[in-house]
Amino acid sequence: MKQATDITVPSQQRRAKRRSLKAVVAVAAISLIAAACSSSPSSSSSTTAAPASTPGVTSSSITLGATVPLTGPAASGYDEIAPAMNAVFAWKNAHGGVYGRKINYIYYDDAYNPASTATQTRKLVLQDNIFATVGSLGTPTQTAVQGYLNSLKIPQMFIESGCNCWSDPKYPYSSGWEPPYSVEGKILGYYIKNHFAGKKIGYFTQNDEFGQDVVKGLDMEIPSSDVVSRQTYDPTSLLSGPPANQMAALKAAGAQVVVFATIPAATSLAIGAAEGLNWSPQYVVDSVGADSPTVGPLLSIIGKGKGLTANTALNGTIFDDYIPPEAETSNAWVQVEAKLLKDYAPATYNKYGLDGNTEYGIALAYTFVQALEAAGPHLTRQGLLDAIARDGKNFITPGLVPLSYSSTVHFGYEGAQVFQYEASAPQITVPSGSWIGGKAVSPVYTTSPGAGPVNVYSGTPPPPPASLVNSA
Amino acid sequence: MPKIPRPPKWFHLPRQPLVRHLILAIVAAGGFYLLTNDILSTYNTVLVGEIAFYAIALGGLSILTGANGQISFGHGALMAVGAYTAALLMVHTHFNLVLELLIAIGAAAIAGVIVGIPATRLKGPYLAGMTLILAVGLPLLGNQYGSVFNGDQGLVTTPPSPPGSVNPELWLTWIEILGALVIMVLLANLMKSRFGRMFRAVRDDEVAASLAGIHVARTKVIAFAVSAGCAGLAGAFLALSSGVVSSGEFPLSLSIEILAGMVLGGAGTLVGAWWGGIALVFFPQWASSISKAAGLGTGGNAYLGTIIFGAVLVLVMMLAPSGIQGGFRRVGSFADRRLFRPRGGDVTKSLQTGSE
Amino acid sequence: MNFFINVTLNGISSGMIFAAMALALVLIYRATRIVNFAQGAMGMFTSFVAYSLLQQKVGYWEAFAAALAIGMVLGVVVERIFIRPLHGKAELNPVIVTIGLLIVFEGIAGTIWGSTNRGFSPPFSQTGLRVGRTSIAFSHFDLFIVASVIILMAVMLVLFRFTRAGLRMRAAAFAPETARLLGVRVGRVLTLGWALAAVAGSLAGLLVAPTTAFGPLYMDFYLVYGFTAAVVGGLDSPVGALVGGLITGLGVSYVGGYLGSSLEPLGALALLMVVLMARPEGIFARTAARRV
Repeated sequence: MKQATDITVPSQQRRAKRRSLKAVVAVAAISLIAAACSSSPSSSSSTTAAPASTPGVTSSSITLGATVPLTGPAASGYDEIAPAMNAVFAWKNAHGGVYGRKINYIYYDDAYNPASTATQTRKLVLQDNIFATVGSLGTPTQTAVQGYLNSLKIPQMFIESGCNCWSDPKYPYSSGWEPPYSVEGKILGYYIKNHFAGKKIGYFTQNDEFGQDVVKGLDMEIPSSDVVSRQTYDPTSLLSGPPANQMAALKAAGAQVVVFATIPAATSLAIGAAEGLNWSPQYVVDSVGADSPTVGPLLSIIGKGKGLTANTALNGTIFDDYIPPEAETSNAWVQVEAKLLKDYAPATYNKYGLDGNTEYGIALAYTFVQALEAAGPHLTRQGLLDAIARDGKNFITPGLVPLSYSSTVHFGYEGAQVFQYEASAPQITVPSGSWIGGKAVSPVYTTSPGAGPVNVYSGTPPPPPASLVNSA
Repeated sequence: MPKIPRPPKWFHLPRQPLVRHLILAIVAAGGFYLLTNDILSTYNTVLVGEIAFYAIALGGLSILTGANGQISFGHGALMAVGAYTAALLMVHTHFNLVLELLIAIGAAAIAGVIVGIPATRLKGPYLAGMTLILAVGLPLLGNQYGSVFNGDQGLVTTPPSPPGSVNPELWLTWIEILGALVIMVLLANLMKSRFGRMFRAVRDDEVAASLAGIHVARTKVIAFAVSAGCAGLAGAFLALSSGVVSSGEFPLSLSIEILAGMVLGGAGTLVGAWWGGIALVFFPQWASSISKAAGLGTGGNAYLGTIIFGAVLVLVMMLAPSGIQGGFRRVGSFADRRLFRPRGGDVTKSLQTGSE
Repeated sequence: MNFFINVTLNGISSGMIFAAMALALVLIYRATRIVNFAQGAMGMFTSFVAYSLLQQKVGYWEAFAAALAIGMVLGVVVERIFIRPLHGKAELNPVIVTIGLLIVFEGIAGTIWGSTNRGFSPPFSQTGLRVGRTSIAFSHFDLFIVASVIILMAVMLVLFRFTRAGLRMRAAAFAPETARLLGVRVGRVLTLGWALAAVAGSLAGLLVAPTTAFGPLYMDFYLVYGFTAAVVGGLDSPVGALVGGLITGLGVSYVGGYLGSSLEPLGALALLMVVLMARPEGIFARTAARRV
């Protein structure tokens, strides 16, 4: 720890020299910064020099950007989404692009750190000259740049998060895509109220906006007297051991039905911890942490004994989804999604297959392609917003309910369906193994994020358009 | 080995520390103005602002570790104190930016005193252990007390509004550079003052220092407070730059990177803090352009940046043990000795720094 | 009451893993006076090698042995290439080198195996044991954790107390110059210390892997808590590592169980401060004379 530099007392003359040397080094430092900056590939303004007045749009290209976690604790699973989105854009480009414009999708790693999101988003805006961000991931991360992007009137489209905050009139350029977490909470709560009446309910939720919003929705439906224990976990604490104490507390409180608002790793570790207590309550899992190909591999930790496998541990688990679960291989949407991924992102397909994350990316990107088409040949940022507000309800997407977009509503789906993992259902086969599939156990429901009833949706989801099926 | 030419006589700076440091700071400020206003793209200007606030944190830690001999793995947590203080002030009251920054510095300095008092009794690795767990634990309070700190979503900060038609990014960068230069002048003067000598005396030999009438514990706590205050200002600037303050901005890796960047630049030197800041900000950028150039795409090689940073850290520690700035000094003095004059200071050096 | 017992049992099993990490840190600290921040990442790396072997249908125990052996080689290589050249230089440098290695190891593992969390199959069941009619939060695998850490401790104890190599190691740790004059090849002994520590670190990695989301970062917090445990017990004391590990594990578990998981690290900090205020060099510190 001791430093050698200041120990020998220099002579008067050397000190003077050192002083001047300091000045030289200071100047050198500044010039190095200049050199460092200029050596990185500087702004692509030369490549996008076109008469088009909208940044990121030329007669032949549209540049889109995103920040996603590719490293760090949040990268697992979520690093699959952006490559899957790129499959849709590559498919569109292969078929002439959007009004002749090819989509160029740039995504950077932010490690789920909002400070890094801020920097990388500025890189997208200032250096890559993007038209809009699409499919950036995370509530805290995108909150960090919401003000920045809105102040520059840059669309912050289809944020991968179910926070209600994307539909804030203060930020007209922001928009979510998946259902608000409270919508999913309400639908799961409604199902629990009707199917597990009188049972003791326990919550196990992430200690953040996601978990809290799901709980808000649950509490609107489930009588509070039925909830015997509310346990939370901090995502970072998963790194120092499974949530064994929380599961022990839920068991001690006598919970018979345990509702999870968890990320996939937490779902696995919590179910594993419950097995560690020889305890198998009825699980009800929010879609975020329910995907069996994502949850399953971690559940192999339960190990030998009692003939338990990941699939037997998940058997009977109830969850919700707002796009057709990938187990429904007879569903035309699932078929076309798998084909898109296989043909246009083969590396991703060979690594992960069509699991919950890649399906999510494809569905989101396909929605955005329609938004671009709706915005017409004269693409502007305001035009994109107007098109989504005007036509969003009519976009044909894999969603089980139509999109809700309007000039005031900036989240996609306000509905979901309840499913149950069943050994008899067709399995989901991906490179990591064959995982248990789910069967629908309820009609499709719709509801608003705030107070308001849960309604049965009577429409039928549209099949994928022939133009997609034939060209994919 | 290139020879550094001897500067002409007029290039020598005045001997009075404050004047000398002010002149250097003003020259640097002019250089930065040209750099940010005329030379660099707006995005690179943003990065220079980041370098500036990292340099503040690194400079403060450099004083603590290099001059006073105390180690801290917890400077990320101290940055969080400054950042949350500034953000709370902005959310609830919103008065003057300078005042908010000063209060952020004060809050972090108080936190530094709280950490520094038990630290006075602890030897290096024990202090490392204590500050390491602090770095992990303190930011999580943001999640635990969500009603105050708004959990993982965090507190939204308001960037200062620039006068006239100045680009807001450029304006914030200037504020950060100005803050960094003010801190550099203050720290440089501190190091030339009685306190600086006390810091070093305590680092070199606590017993001898106390025999010489220095209050060892108080000196150590002061060093911790000064260093923490710098971290607090850096944290407040981070809060302004990123637009939000949330617990996810202060992971363990931040504290470790700050320590590593400080040693990489050169412990105990303020210019080294800038080298460290450049490394922390630019390595990830270079890594992504290298991988782009190598045709690896943006996705599959996300770990390249971290690998490069780690490898550079290892190499510099092995090849230039006193960091980048130390390496420059060595090259400088090497040239100075006309390449072949035998070294005189080595014996005392090895006697004084030899490990136990 | 049942809850209290389960929280305690959870604390014991995680505490034993902290103890293994702490032991690895203590062995290296005793040998070379530095804290090896790459310890967790090295254990992560060897566990990933074991994982790859398991994927190739190699048996668990063969993979287990291979990971420990590779860990030992890794320890020797790291000491020889990265740590030895810095011997006698400023104390902070080798520590920063280990931080650099931590970053590199995690980056390489992320490049090879990706960010995706995986499941690492345990050799024994993780479903809870039954005591009479009630089942408790303690599985066959937890028993394996406790047993293997205790065996590791016992082997180290025998090695230090009853073998010439152990005597040389203690001599080299406490008085390197004297030991050198007495003919101990200090360099070789230091390498041995790193090798043994890397085995302990690999064991910790293998014990953690089946209980967690297995990915490049899974050992980070175990390093932090293992370091806390080593500091609580005293960085010079292998017995202190065991005691420190248990205290830290229990403390973290009680804080998490009764106050909330976000407060776990601060609970560990409070525990560490209380111990260090009473005993600045850990519970099992030798009463060292003040250096002048």
